[in-house]
Amino acid sequence: MSKEKKRLLSASPLLFTLFSVLTGLLVGAVVLRISGYNPVQAYRVILDGIFSRPSYVAYTIIYSTPLILTGLSVAFAFRTGLFNIGAEGQFIIGALGAALAGAFLNLPPVIHAIVAALAGIAAAAIWGGIAGFLKARFGVNEVIATIMLNWTALYLNNYVVTLPGIKRPAATATAFILDSARIEILPLWKMSEAGRAWRMAHPFWHDILRTPLNAGILIALFLAFFCWWLLNRTTLGYELRAVGYNPDCSEHVGIDVKRRMISSMAIAGGLAGAAGALHVLGWTRQAAELAAMEGLGFDGIAVALIGGASPIGCIPAGLLFGALKYGGSKLQFALRAPIEVVNIVIGSIVFFVAMPRLLQILARRLKRKKETGGDSHAA
Amino acid sequence: MLLESLAFIIATTLMYSAPLIFTALGGVVSENAGVVNIGLEGMMTLGAFVGAAVGYFAGDAWIGFLAAGVAGGFLAFFHALACVTFLADHIVSGIAINFIGPGVALFLSRYYFDGATQTLSLSLDAKIPRPLNGVFEQNGFLDMVFNQYATVYLALLLVVLIWFVLYKTRLGLRIRAVGEHPKAADTLGIDVFKIKYLAVITSGVLAGFGGAALSVAIVSRFSATLVSGQGFIALAAMIFGKWKPQGTLLACLLFSSAQGLTVFLGRADLQRFLPIPSQLLAMIPFLLTLAVLIGFVGRSRPPAADGLPYEKD
Repeated sequence: MSKEKKRLLSASPLLFTLFSVLTGLLVGAVVLRISGYNPVQAYRVILDGIFSRPSYVAYTIIYSTPLILTGLSVAFAFRTGLFNIGAEGQFIIGALGAALAGAFLNLPPVIHAIVAALAGIAAAAIWGGIAGFLKARFGVNEVIATIMLNWTALYLNNYVVTLPGIKRPAATATAFILDSARIEILPLWKMSEAGRAWRMAHPFWHDILRTPLNAGILIALFLAFFCWWLLNRTTLGYELRAVGYNPDCSEHVGIDVKRRMISSMAIAGGLAGAAGALHVLGWTRQAAELAAMEGLGFDGIAVALIGGASPIGCIPAGLLFGALKYGGSKLQFALRAPIEVVNIVIGSIVFFVAMPRLLQILARRLKRKKETGGDSHAA
Repeated sequence: MLLESLAFIIATTLMYSAPLIFTALGGVVSENAGVVNIGLEGMMTLGAFVGAAVGYFAGDAWIGFLAAGVAGGFLAFFHALACVTFLADHIVSGIAINFIGPGVALFLSRYYFDGATQTLSLSLDAKIPRPLNGVFEQNGFLDMVFNQYATVYLALLLVVLIWFVLYKTRLGLRIRAVGEHPKAADTLGIDVFKIKYLAVITSGVLAGFGGAALSVAIVSRFSATLVSGQGFIALAAMIFGKWKPQGTLLACLLFSSAQGLTVFLGRADLQRFLPIPSQLLAMIPFLLTLAVLIGFVGRSRPPAADGLPYEKD
């Protein structure tokens, strides 16, 4: 099945993806129209919500950063023949690891941020590696294993963040990370006297600096190129892809298939963990108790699918999703229209992406219909 | 005390098993016809919402329950359209369903319930009834165990029904033939596409029932976090149950017993003797699932053509 999946995805041309995106947006418009909202007005609200101010663009980038990374996580596993539904749990573990290292280690700036990010990434890599190990050693389907690990991660997070000594007073969250671990753009300077004065004189930058814009996006872009390089330009990547393409054949030519499965899931876990870690270090500064899944990991599945399961493709797909999510969040206020229309749009895009042969089959149908004189027999 | 505890655990287990059984049976039907249905979660969520909303407006949980089945089947139709007619990747289409189902549910919830992501509650007497209420001595062992919502008995009956249809009728033979070897089935004159559509839509109806078994029986309304992964657990139960109704029933009971045990251990009177943090208790069902999957590897095999698109030459 994974072979088939890979073939379908790699064969899906850019043009069809664009067609899917447009059709998905159209479905959203129809849904809005039926419910009595003006779709043109709604999409204008979304577009304005993304582009009309520098801070909006900054927020779009902030929203997109974790989506690009969880998308990378899913795409990387996909390329190696594994389906990582566990990005959600790996994200939680990465966020938790980074929050703890950021709050309770005492290190100089920059180094602290790097150590905290690596702590989150390493913890999430182990978490992802567990699913790889269970598949390699016991043959447990990685889809089921990662689903179970997602929920385990959620409750583990909720247990840890409320432990005495870790919990912040009067909040169900960890202590805030130290300033030395923050990756926001000059977080202290921009709030200082001098920073405020400078911002008053530069309205454009002032608007951007009002947002928690951070270095996360640069790291996400770097990791996207790194994954591309790893998969396409290294022996490890070649072996990983070979295992994904044909495990039996890989075994015969001497690739340690089981080991590669574990490394693939560990790398995928690390990528989703990076999403969680950067989210904490760049924005939230804490790991909080979770009443439900936040969904950034699940969203990553959509990003990977829209991005054609290619690391580079995850960048535009993540930006698209982040923009729809941030811009869409303004629908409620502006039009009192339910923001969930964004999920319907994203779902519809993925739905069309799932059918790369849609147009071909439709065309064939139409032709057959003409030949048989309009006798349309379903299926 | 011991007897009472046992009754409590059994009763909670049965109660929580119904949504899983309905949904997992949906998975059994769909996958036996060769269509992987990872979209069960989305279909279940939409069913849970429609069941609660229609039940609320109609003032009758059964009407809600049936509407939930229709909604699940409606969503499943699109899965069938993608997978059967347009040869889509089943998993990708299922993922899309898992975005669309909850998306539509929350969209409609905000639309009909004044911007809220939860519906208003059904009144207590409008909920799914307990048919054996008052039959046994109140609060006795039998009463505690058997005084269940009608959906529990319905789910158990459906296990028998689906088993019968799959293994004792011509239709069942056709469904399994299509899932094992569509080409052979086609050659014998079975309408592969029709069977697949039928199976997938049935699976959606059942998943919709599963959602409603949550929203109008166990609780009395839909909320954004109500389903939270139970569709995925039903999927795991189906795999653990080896794609067979009887095995799936046992797997569902195992998972819901873990839930029952969690509720039991979380009870205030027990927490005094055995203080286990609730978050750790909540992990039990998921860790148990993993443990069970590790222990039972290699013995479960999906239908041969499960997940493969079938194209006529």
